[in-house]
Amino acid sequence: MMRRLWITLTYIVFGLLLIAPLIKIFTGSWAEGWNGFIEGITRPQSLHALMMTGIIVVVVTVLNTVFGIMLAMYLVRAEWIGRRIKRLLNSLVDLPFAVSPVIGGLMIVLMLGPNTIIGTMFEDAGIKIVYALPGMILATLFVTFPLMVREVMPVLQEIGAQQEEAASTLGAYSWYTFWKVTWPSIRWGVIYGVVLTVARSLGEFGAVLVVSGNIMNKTQTATTLVYQDVENFNVVAANGVALVLAAFSVGLLLLMEWAKKRKEVH
Amino acid sequence: MHIEVRNLNKNFGDFHAVKDVSFEIEKGHLIGLLGPSGGGKTSILRMLAGLESPSSGDIIFHGKRVNDLPPQERGIGFVFQNYALFKHMTVYDNIAFGLKVKKQSKEQIRERVMYLVELTGLKGFEHRYAHQLSGGQRQRVAFARALAPEPQLLLLDEPFAAIDAKIRTELRTWLKEMIERVGITSIFVTHDQEEAIEVADEIMIISKGKLEQKGSPWDIYKNPETPFVASFIGESTIVDNISQLKGFEDAASRPGTKALIRPEYIEIGKPGEIRLASATLPGKVKHLHFRGSEWMVELLVGDTKLITYRSLEKEVLHPGDDVSVLVHRAYLFNDNDSWIAENTLKVDPMPIHI
Repeated sequence: MMRRLWITLTYIVFGLLLIAPLIKIFTGSWAEGWNGFIEGITRPQSLHALMMTGIIVVVVTVLNTVFGIMLAMYLVRAEWIGRRIKRLLNSLVDLPFAVSPVIGGLMIVLMLGPNTIIGTMFEDAGIKIVYALPGMILATLFVTFPLMVREVMPVLQEIGAQQEEAASTLGAYSWYTFWKVTWPSIRWGVIYGVVLTVARSLGEFGAVLVVSGNIMNKTQTATTLVYQDVENFNVVAANGVALVLAAFSVGLLLLMEWAKKRKEVH
Repeated sequence: MHIEVRNLNKNFGDFHAVKDVSFEIEKGHLIGLLGPSGGGKTSILRMLAGLESPSSGDIIFHGKRVNDLPPQERGIGFVFQNYALFKHMTVYDNIAFGLKVKKQSKEQIRERVMYLVELTGLKGFEHRYAHQLSGGQRQRVAFARALAPEPQLLLLDEPFAAIDAKIRTELRTWLKEMIERVGITSIFVTHDQEEAIEVADEIMIISKGKLEQKGSPWDIYKNPETPFVASFIGESTIVDNISQLKGFEDAASRPGTKALIRPEYIEIGKPGEIRLASATLPGKVKHLHFRGSEWMVELLVGDTKLITYRSLEKEVLHPGDDVSVLVHRAYLFNDNDSWIAENTLKVDPMPIHI
């Protein structure tokens, strides 16, 4: 009897927290029919915001993948880095998990903002960082940085260095060894890391809001547009953009499940 | 390949893993690096391969110093303890790896790989992955892969450690034959003396980072140069109080001298069974252990415990029996010196000379 009750309660909580909002977004975006939905997502600011989000996702994912794999390799394999420094770097990697994204964004503003030394230097060179795309990419990179490193490191540790050493005694240099020996072992971990990075940069709000200044048609992303639409009581448009993001997320989730399965196999 | 190592040292932080090791290896020889685990054998092997760099000292291949050459350019083959096969590649691709790196033609690669597959008895397994092979087969793949680019020196790190005891002996013989057939200079690491004695042309005993002795297995057994080698090779008991042994009185006069006695140095018999009665000591049987093909006998001579073996053909002893004990020889050592002594009473029976 008690067990039944708990199971029912779990379903109710699950439904209220996850399913109901999805349904609400769906019905909300269709409240004014197909035309309302299309209009909501084809407004110039919606298209621009979705484009900004797209650019950020692509750039951040590429950078995070390359540098994440590199850092993971150094942290696990490099012998020229002392053990203490390795441990320090290793705990620093987790910093973005511990720090609120808003604080992360704030740090970037305080360091690279228009009133700082570095910020002015870049501005003189004609590069705007804060309140522009580079700052938004930096902020999203900061937030997503641990994802790739934390996916790849355990895989590298598990496979050990011996296969790579064997390749070196057979005459292969590091680049060849990486592609022929290391990459096939870590690729499912990397794909999993990519999916997580995409999902996180797609939905990032706090850090980007602080750094971008949320200027319509300039530095607005999909999430900050949804926020502004809600503020302006433009509920249908907000739901429409949210639905596009949600559809993406569900797709990613499915991809992630598939990658996870493959990762366990290899 | 002729190999020379001079004053090799390796430190890992505060730990001095390899201490001033020097040796030379003739072309075509099969060398066993033998010693207890953690003694620095693997470090020496890895330094020869270039996987670890020496803290000081020289490694010379063919008269050329190779310290600064990376493993890729040393012309060596390395068989790892757990084989380190490329797990996402088939047997064929594993063996072909070193040839593909050299950018050989498809035809050449195919020919060489098929030759090695045949040589190592892996025919029919070319398309399997490592996890579909038995331990013995994996080792053969690792061996074939290391040999494929025709290295000048083959290094094997505990090649039999991960294999069932039963197949191990079989593989040992196989490997020895294979290496002789290919004619390649080889060095293997092991902590199993039986393995080293059986397989190697020459053994180097390594303990606590030091090279204790280098020589043929027979040499090392017969003339151990240090107490460590004497106690490590074969079975033995250490006797602290040698004055209790008859026939070794000369040694007892030198203070601090101890004796190391192997079971095969001792002969026992019921009183009257041994002809040289004057050289024997009275002893008592303490325990008997059946060892399959013989008895292991634990003896008490005074308060000294000795161990020996007795043929199953001879009269069966029982614990508590009185026996005569003849110690033929002993390996004697003190802080400054070590030597082998024969039983003086046995060599020089007094009655004849009078």
